[in-house]
Amino acid sequence: MAQHEVTQKREMWSGRSVFIMAAIGSAVGLGNIWRFPYVAYENGGGAFLIPYLIALLTAGIPLLFVDYALGHKFRGSPPLAFRRFARGSEFLGWWQVFVCFVIGVYYAVIVAWAACYTYFSITEQWGDDPEAFFLEEFLHIDSAASFGLDFVPGVTWPLLLVWVAVLGVLALGVQRGIGNANRIFVPLLVLLFGALVIRALFLDGAVEGLNAFFTPNWDALTDTGVWIAAYAQIFFSLSVAFGIMLTYSSYLKKKTNLTGSGLVVGFSNSSFEVLAGIGVFSALGFMAQAQGVQVGEVVAGGIGLAFIAFPAIVSQMPGGPIFGVLFFASLVFAGFTSMISIIQVTVSAFEDKTGLGKVPAVLIIGGASAVVSLLLFPTTTGLNTLDVVDRFANQFGIVGVAFAAIVVIAWVLRRLPELRDHLNSVSSFKVGLVWQLFVGVITPIVLGYMLISEISDRVQEGYGGLPDSLVVTFGWGVQGAVIVLAIAMSFVPWRRDVDLTYSIDDDPSPSVSVPAPPGDTHTDGTSKPGGVL
Amino acid sequence: MNTSAIVMMILALATLWGGLITSVIHLRNHPDDPE
Repeated sequence: MAQHEVTQKREMWSGRSVFIMAAIGSAVGLGNIWRFPYVAYENGGGAFLIPYLIALLTAGIPLLFVDYALGHKFRGSPPLAFRRFARGSEFLGWWQVFVCFVIGVYYAVIVAWAACYTYFSITEQWGDDPEAFFLEEFLHIDSAASFGLDFVPGVTWPLLLVWVAVLGVLALGVQRGIGNANRIFVPLLVLLFGALVIRALFLDGAVEGLNAFFTPNWDALTDTGVWIAAYAQIFFSLSVAFGIMLTYSSYLKKKTNLTGSGLVVGFSNSSFEVLAGIGVFSALGFMAQAQGVQVGEVVAGGIGLAFIAFPAIVSQMPGGPIFGVLFFASLVFAGFTSMISIIQVTVSAFEDKTGLGKVPAVLIIGGASAVVSLLLFPTTTGLNTLDVVDRFANQFGIVGVAFAAIVVIAWVLRRLPELRDHLNSVSSFKVGLVWQLFVGVITPIVLGYMLISEISDRVQEGYGGLPDSLVVTFGWGVQGAVIVLAIAMSFVPWRRDVDLTYSIDDDPSPSVSVPAPPGDTHTDGTSKPGGVL
Repeated sequence: MNTSAIVMMILALATLWGGLITSVIHLRNHPDDPE
């Protein structure tokens, strides 16, 4: 009875199509648009497809299934799910939570920049020099200081609005807030970005861009670094193994096809990445042609691609403002749906641990994230801080916690068979020994290699020529604090009314669904065979 | 576009988008059991 009462309180998706939409919204983020095209080009062009596809099938999708199994079977945020999985593994859940906290606080500022640039695109406000505009007029970068608290109003206010929007969605709840936001923004993203790609394909020079992107360099396949780059792209892009997919799957109904849904999410994410590669390189081909240079000379990734190269492209092309609005609005929608998934991990963890209500948890935990974000990043030194925090959060935070979690699950506790059985008990696509091999052997080897090589590089080289004080504080220091806090939180007692031994497989109730909140029309406890999916 | 680029583009779209279409069809053919 106690078990049933606990699960009755948990919010729930109205159906798997909403969950899939939310999971795609989370996975498809800024990295799909500005990271994948650059990584693919730098690592063999068309030949990169082979290690990328192998990484998707041998690590990305198998890890996605692990997240789904943990979240669905133990029906909790990462700390609660890991606590229910094994008493001593709760800190892994908190580690994931604090990694999400760190990523959330800087991710928001990039969404805010993209929102500003959507507006700037209308008048091409960056003028003739997008780089100077971005660094000097927009961010007011103070290159003399390593860290400071001089706020830039033009970034601070949009950032505040982003946080209000994100926390507003989360306060509405899983179905009414996150579900409905994704039902609107994910199709809108596909529509806008699809229009952008079609326009880009008809630009002069687009063919040269596509040649540069897809022409295979087969020698790259003998380079270990290329294979690691492929696995890294899959890990970072698919939002696996740092709490997001685990949290989203904890809101699924008892009888949900987990692996079938996971395949759709995994392939959707990669399909969008290839689309992004086509759109970005068509545009870069146009830029190279307009400047009379080779495509290789204009290729960029990350912030440089989005906020310097793309404004330059917009300025040079006919109908540029429309193209600019499509591009930056796509970044906003892609970033926003990922952002809400990241913050939901932190909010749900404290909800579970303390028994806080949904709205108080959003206000306290989400509010704290917003304050940290507003203090650190909309400043004249915010760009360098963001650069360091981002690098370490990805390369140490995500990779570190993923490696630790897989080693604990597969080798310390040896409980992959239990997760396999849970997946197979509810899913149409069955997993077995091959899945266990991928999760238990291939992913820890790749993640361990990535982690060790990154530690070695950062210790020997520092990072990006930035001051050691900045790297030590916001790189090593933040990631060290994340681990310490995670361990400390695992010793904080749970609220009394939570069942720490719960497993959905032992739940006697035929359904764990909850009544529909006001305004929802699909929570009727039945499946929708004729629905979207 | 050169031939090798065209082949790799078609291969990329066929495997990833093909995988997406196949997985959507698979999911539609396996509706969740009513609770």
